[in-house]
Amino acid sequence: MKKYILTGTLAALLTLGGLSVPALAGPEDVVVENAWSRASIGMNRPGAAYMTIRNTSDEPVTLIGLTTPLAMMPEIHETKTNAEGVSSMSPAGEIVIAPGESIALEPGGLHAMLMRLQEPMTEGDTFPLTLLFDDGGEVTVEVPILGIAARGPED
Amino acid sequence: MRRRAILGYGAAVVGAVALMLFVGWWRVDGPGAPAPVGQLTVALTEMDFRLTDHEGNVVGPEALIGRPTMAFFGFTYCPDVCPTTLSDISGWLDDLGDEADEMNVVFITVDPERDTVETMAEYVGYFHPAIRGWTGPEEQIARVADGFRATYVRVPTESGDYTMNHTASVFLFAASGRFVTMIDYHEPREFAVPKIRRALEEETEGAT
Ligand SMILES: [Cu+2]
Repeated sequence: MKKYILTGTLAALLTLGGLSVPALAGPEDVVVENAWSRASIGMNRPGAAYMTIRNTSDEPVTLIGLTTPLAMMPEIHETKTNAEGVSSMSPAGEIVIAPGESIALEPGGLHAMLMRLQEPMTEGDTFPLTLLFDDGGEVTVEVPILGIAARGPED
Repeated sequence: MRRRAILGYGAAVVGAVALMLFVGWWRVDGPGAPAPVGQLTVALTEMDFRLTDHEGNVVGPEALIGRPTMAFFGFTYCPDVCPTTLSDISGWLDDLGDEADEMNVVFITVDPERDTVETMAEYVGYFHPAIRGWTGPEEQIARVADGFRATYVRVPTESGDYTMNHTASVFLFAASGRFVTMIDYHEPREFAVPKIRRALEEETEGAT
């Protein structure tokens, strides 16, 4: 909460100071490529979706969350594997993408974790996934659902 | 006077080198060495557990002796690591072709509460046909993990469910049951496939 207020104050100060406020992150600033996901078995298991998110603008963009009609709790997660070979998953928090840079959501790293599925993920279907940015901008991508054993967007 | 100083200096250098060597030994081979899981994995012949495969057969470590084995841990509610490992393994098996026919490939659940025999059967059906799914009572799973020196822990999630943190490496054993090596999670195919060949090749020499 505090951080939110601070950010708001900072933005207000910057505006008063005559500095330009970054434009809303929109389809023209953020390019999503190679989105894919795996089919689910039923609705009890969480799903995962992968993609590359590229910031084509000259300002950093901050990815703060996800929404999709497919899942009640979509969230960016990160899988980490420690020195002993033990893998764990946790919410990745906000992700800043520098101007001209891209981040990869790929197996074993960042992923869009789709918790509480509202319907099964069926191979051959697609679903809309909306990426939310801290400045209120959003980008919606249609994610193809591939087979359970898919290894990448080309499978 | 001067000679003594040089001697003293020399002794200090020798001492320092000896200390460095000792510290190096201590950290790399000695008691201070980190204990990578794989170095401690026991032979299948030294393990003792009873599980059920996805077709309902009672299985134990002896079911794996006589053929090289590739085994790993996971759970079917795992959205990222496990399907990825299963697809990786399916890809390695495709690369090996006929060579892989004489190999045991076993996926052992660390979540027996949700992964029943039926659940395992449905799940492994989506991957390479060589992959077998093993489940069983929690205390038996614990014994398997202990022999492999693998770990797993149940972690609650914000969605009210739970997930499992677990060893994601793939373990390779020779036909004799001797532990050969591990393939780390996400190891590139060009490293993984030769490791599997090594386990396959020990089939003849490792028969004890
Ligand atoms: Cu996740």
